[in-house]
Amino acid sequence: MQQLTSSFKNMILVLAGISLFAAATLASVYTFTKEPIAIAKANKLQNAIKEVLPADFARIGETEKIVISTGDSLNVYKAYNADNNFIGAAVESVSHKGFAGDITIMVGFDAEGKIVNYSVLEQSETPGLGTKMTEWFKTAKGRQDIRGKNPASDKLQVSKDGGEVDAITAATISSRAFLDAVINAYNAYAANSGAPEIDGNSGATALEW
Amino acid sequence: MDKNSNLSVFLNGLIKENPTFVIILGMCPTLATTTSSINGLSMGLATTFVLLGSNVVVSALKNLIPDKVRIPAFIIVIATFVTVVEMAMQAYVPALYKSLGIFIPLIVVNCIVLGRAEAFAAKNNVLRSALDGLGMGFGFTLALTLLGAVREILGTGKLFNYTLFPENYGMLLFVLAPGAFIALGFLIAIINKLKINK
Repeated sequence: MQQLTSSFKNMILVLAGISLFAAATLASVYTFTKEPIAIAKANKLQNAIKEVLPADFARIGETEKIVISTGDSLNVYKAYNADNNFIGAAVESVSHKGFAGDITIMVGFDAEGKIVNYSVLEQSETPGLGTKMTEWFKTAKGRQDIRGKNPASDKLQVSKDGGEVDAITAATISSRAFLDAVINAYNAYAANSGAPEIDGNSGATALEW
Repeated sequence: MDKNSNLSVFLNGLIKENPTFVIILGMCPTLATTTSSINGLSMGLATTFVLLGSNVVVSALKNLIPDKVRIPAFIIVIATFVTVVEMAMQAYVPALYKSLGIFIPLIVVNCIVLGRAEAFAAKNNVLRSALDGLGMGFGFTLALTLLGAVREILGTGKLFNYTLFPENYGMLLFVLAPGAFIALGFLIAIINKLKINK
């Protein structure tokens, strides 16, 4: 077959035809992948929440949005054990002080406000330096482990700033930003409650959140 | 070997005209995504899929596309395949999708893809275009995996996430941008040396 000539009509028809076909293809792929994408996203959040909460939690209450002093609105996921007692909360927190963009983390607190665990959701720190935050602050070595600390009584700052936490080697800015996000998380957790006193026995308390 | 045989079309992209080491095309994803061997491998495979798809479609449609609008037509075809890859990765391998990030949509502007559509698929039949797409794609994958492996070993002491030696002895430089240039330069030099000696 001879190649079509570049007449105005041919050009319009061919481009329109190809575009239509492309649009149809993409629309069908989109419908097909929409659900798996949503599930993948939800799973990621669920896994992060599970990872940071005390091991004996049985269910998660309503998601609450708390606006903290930095103006950010943080999601707080309150956790209950099998007897419906409040046992802590997971807070999705953010810091804008990262070396290269925002740092989003999930931090879990127990009922007394002690950090149970954390999980880094998003960061764009320098590979090999700031990115070590995903493991660094939960590695039991020197003073770098923040698990079990309570931000209300322990000074969660890098030792260079007079705090009690060893910063990641050669990544002080990333470490500061990480701890900033942890403290933001604690503020959202604390603003919510005087949480330690609430035993969360009634379903009504969960709804108030 | 017959220069025009189907096999030689396939092998062409793999070694003799390797897109990364010989033609030096597609440097942006090459340098940016090869922080580890697994990232390089996945980026290469994603590009291979796009290359194969766009080469086949372009060569099938080559007589229907008027000469003056061929580039926009090719780009639409390529962009469609890239978007399909992007959605599929987001759905089924979210972790990988996150680590490759912006470079998946950027396959659209990868010179290799448009280059092969224009230079090969627009002049050859579907079978040969498919083989060319596969060959070039695997050549690109090979190069990216190799570069990713070198950078991962030197930078972190790991290979495909298996620790070879403790990370403390790694040269961090190789995970960062300058290391990409240095490693790529040495790899190209080695490949050229091997080619001359052959």
